[in-house]
Amino acid sequence: MELLLFLILFPALMGFVFLVFPNNKARDVMVALAALVIIAATVIFFLQNYGAGTVIYEIEPGAVSTAMMAIEVVLALGVLYLAAKYRQWIVGALVVVGTGVALYAETLFTGPEHLNNLFVDEFTLIMAMIIGVIGSLICIFATGYMRDYHGHHKEIADKRKGFFFLLFVFLSAMFGVVFSNNMFWLFFFWEITTLCSFLLIGYAWDEEAQKNAFWALLLNLLGGLGFGATFLYLAFIDPSGDLVMLDSLIAAGPAIAMIPAALIGFAGLAKAAQMPFSSWLLGAMIAPTPVSALLHSSTMVKAGVYVIVRFAPIYDASFVGFLIALVGGFTFLLASGIAISQSNAKRVLAWSTIANLGLIVTCAGIGNAAAVWAAILLIVFHAIAKSLLFLCTGTVEHRIGSRDIEDMGGLISILPKVTIMMIIGIAGMFLAPFGMLISKWAALRAFLDTPYGIVAVILIAFGSAVTLFFWTKWMGKLLQVAWKPEPKREGEVSAAELYSLTTLSAGVIAICLGFPLLSSIVVEPFLEGIYGIGASLGDQNIAIMLMMMVVVFILPLSLIFFRRNPKMIPHYVGGRTETGDMHFAGSMGMQRKVLLSNYYFEGIFGEAKLGKAGNILCTLFIVAIGIVLATGVIA
Amino acid sequence: MINPFIGAILFVILAPLLGGLVAGIDRKVTAHMQGRVGPPVLQPFYDILKLFEKESVVVRPEINFYIFCYLVFLVITGAIFYAGEDILLVIFALTLAHVFLVIAAFASSSPYAHVGAERELLMMMAVEPMLILAAAGMYMTTGSFFVSDIIDHQSMGGGLLVLSIPLLFIGIVYILTIKLRKSPFDISTSHHAHQELVKGLTTEFAGPTLGMYEIAHLYETVFLLGFVWLFFAGAPLLGIVVVAVVYFLEILIDNTNTRAKWQFALRSAWLVALVTGIINLGALVVL
Repeated sequence: MELLLFLILFPALMGFVFLVFPNNKARDVMVALAALVIIAATVIFFLQNYGAGTVIYEIEPGAVSTAMMAIEVVLALGVLYLAAKYRQWIVGALVVVGTGVALYAETLFTGPEHLNNLFVDEFTLIMAMIIGVIGSLICIFATGYMRDYHGHHKEIADKRKGFFFLLFVFLSAMFGVVFSNNMFWLFFFWEITTLCSFLLIGYAWDEEAQKNAFWALLLNLLGGLGFGATFLYLAFIDPSGDLVMLDSLIAAGPAIAMIPAALIGFAGLAKAAQMPFSSWLLGAMIAPTPVSALLHSSTMVKAGVYVIVRFAPIYDASFVGFLIALVGGFTFLLASGIAISQSNAKRVLAWSTIANLGLIVTCAGIGNAAAVWAAILLIVFHAIAKSLLFLCTGTVEHRIGSRDIEDMGGLISILPKVTIMMIIGIAGMFLAPFGMLISKWAALRAFLDTPYGIVAVILIAFGSAVTLFFWTKWMGKLLQVAWKPEPKREGEVSAAELYSLTTLSAGVIAICLGFPLLSSIVVEPFLEGIYGIGASLGDQNIAIMLMMMVVVFILPLSLIFFRRNPKMIPHYVGGRTETGDMHFAGSMGMQRKVLLSNYYFEGIFGEAKLGKAGNILCTLFIVAIGIVLATGVIA
Repeated sequence: MINPFIGAILFVILAPLLGGLVAGIDRKVTAHMQGRVGPPVLQPFYDILKLFEKESVVVRPEINFYIFCYLVFLVITGAIFYAGEDILLVIFALTLAHVFLVIAAFASSSPYAHVGAERELLMMMAVEPMLILAAAGMYMTTGSFFVSDIIDHQSMGGGLLVLSIPLLFIGIVYILTIKLRKSPFDISTSHHAHQELVKGLTTEFAGPTLGMYEIAHLYETVFLLGFVWLFFAGAPLLGIVVVAVVYFLEILIDNTNTRAKWQFALRSAWLVALVTGIINLGALVVL
């Protein structure tokens, strides 16, 4: 109990400390210490709770709810001020409606006060580990990165005090989202994550940053209306307020919970940047890289998929669930396709995040035990591999001055350690026997056991072929070393950055080797609690996977043999003389450099074309959900 | 099904021999189609053995490592298949092996190999949906992804697999042309001399490195023919006849077609996967 409150309150408290602490080495050390404390507390919390099943924590709501309401009003006024100042009228209207409806709805519930406001179960524990460990590592990374950032961007005002304040408040709010059983509380924390991401995206506060920040705010506030509508609906069907509690709402079953599940699913889709909402996450790339890492891996979008996966038992075998799965499935396929056409590393990562979230949403929409197993493991694998990739990209960007993949040719010889970690992250995103692939595999099996599942299977079969293309060409670029490699420049990477990168890489490998354990001690008990059955891949398959993993780790030893006195010869360039560093003799005595670039297929996989198709399709699916519910064809 | 280890070990030992014979016969038949006598049937073995007698020269030492990984994971792919394990795992292992091949080509940073690598990636992207959909069809028919169960289902009165997923079988035969690197889909590298890309992704592989690549190709051929056989596993001898007919067809197509553009290869393979997948899997759901 105390530890749970500590996790919600401590990061925010530290945030306020950093708000007044001066910008110096001491603050960076403090940030690192605070982050380590959060990591330690999360791990202890996990160890204390993992076998306990669902534990409800009783909290007297009176004063807490009042305080939350007060904060909500103050924040709403703050946003209104900004919206008026920058003439963002829609944002202003959404704030008024969203906050107004929530406050009004709260007065509609007349029953006795409920005490079961906070809870912990296995899924919460996994989310807490992701937030506490990965989120904190990103904060440590940020200390080193932001020093460099302001070194590189003299024109941007140094607002690092506010920056670290927001990072830590963000972590608090995320803990709040996953620990809340009372949906009013959940909504309070939910809106705080929206506001934090708004301010972090707008960090540079130039014209583009403002535009993208307000756009993210607008879409997320729009999604947040799903909560307001849920409250009104719940007040209408049961004013006692029992159903405002997440556990009793889900226990009430699809007959009662389908409409709230769809409405909150709508909020989740917006937050998880599914099409047609995906544009805000792309715009968020404007923020400093640690923010991107945080938004993509451990916070924000993960809150979106968290609520959708929570309601998976309600979606199970329903038509609404199927439509949600279609939104996710098409987002997975089309976003993966768009990633092919991108050469900016951060945009590739962003589109791949949207795609992977799509896969998680598909699993949750299908909603059977095996699909939810896949969804939860996807959340874990994605969080750790994607944060690693973002932080690697940020580090590389500061060293080579570019985040374009085309400029990363032969990076393995310039920044060997960082590049190997990047490759670990990429392999973790798509390759057997590593992380994500395990979930994709489980998802395929899960979908085949459901009536409409083959639609999702077809979407995944094509989507995963596409992911193969863009990840492999990136990896190939990194390993494309010229005959005479460029000198190493690894020494320039700061200690804080290297520490976070190494820990996350070790984490990717540990989770790939250790996922059977994670599955058996947390994920399977969670599924048994809900569905009465567990789900897994089968021991035989896991054994073969682990065997392949061992082979992958042993094989690099063969490099010792292959590196022994190799006879190096220059390339074959059609009979022309080549200089070894990839220049060859051109006409008129010119030396021409060989330039190799990857395929992008702008014409086939272009962002404008596929993005438009996806937005239209997914909007139609969402409208269809509304029509299905409105005509009462539930389940 | 016999002991899984025996299946795997037999594959590891016999596949290069069998694959070499198939390649030898392939060259003989091809030669006859072109009005030549052709090399001895054992020529592929002589070729590969000769490669290992050559000096090892490289443009980058890592390339040997990547090609070695390619070989190892192709052997693992086939071994998992012939051990009767999960067919999805087999497909994923195959992908892993080919990723190593593509990386080897990228790492040689030669213009020819680079284009070959991009094209090989395109071809991987072209065939993967068909493979996964075929596996899905097998699961929906037999209730299991395990190769051993898929065989047992057929031999225990379940009927031949090809009868319930005939369209997916045709789709697999279509992408087999890509996987066997036969014209018109020998897009990333080719056995023929009419290549405009020098030797595509294998341009910078020489001596023992090229030898490892060739051995991997033999393993892959035997694995792919096993995949085709699986559709007829209920009648093993008929299956072998079908495999022979299918391979002959591939040779015929190889010798009567000029190379297509990658756009056509990708689009047609995806279209075949989409159409056969939707119709055949849809029929399985409805019926």
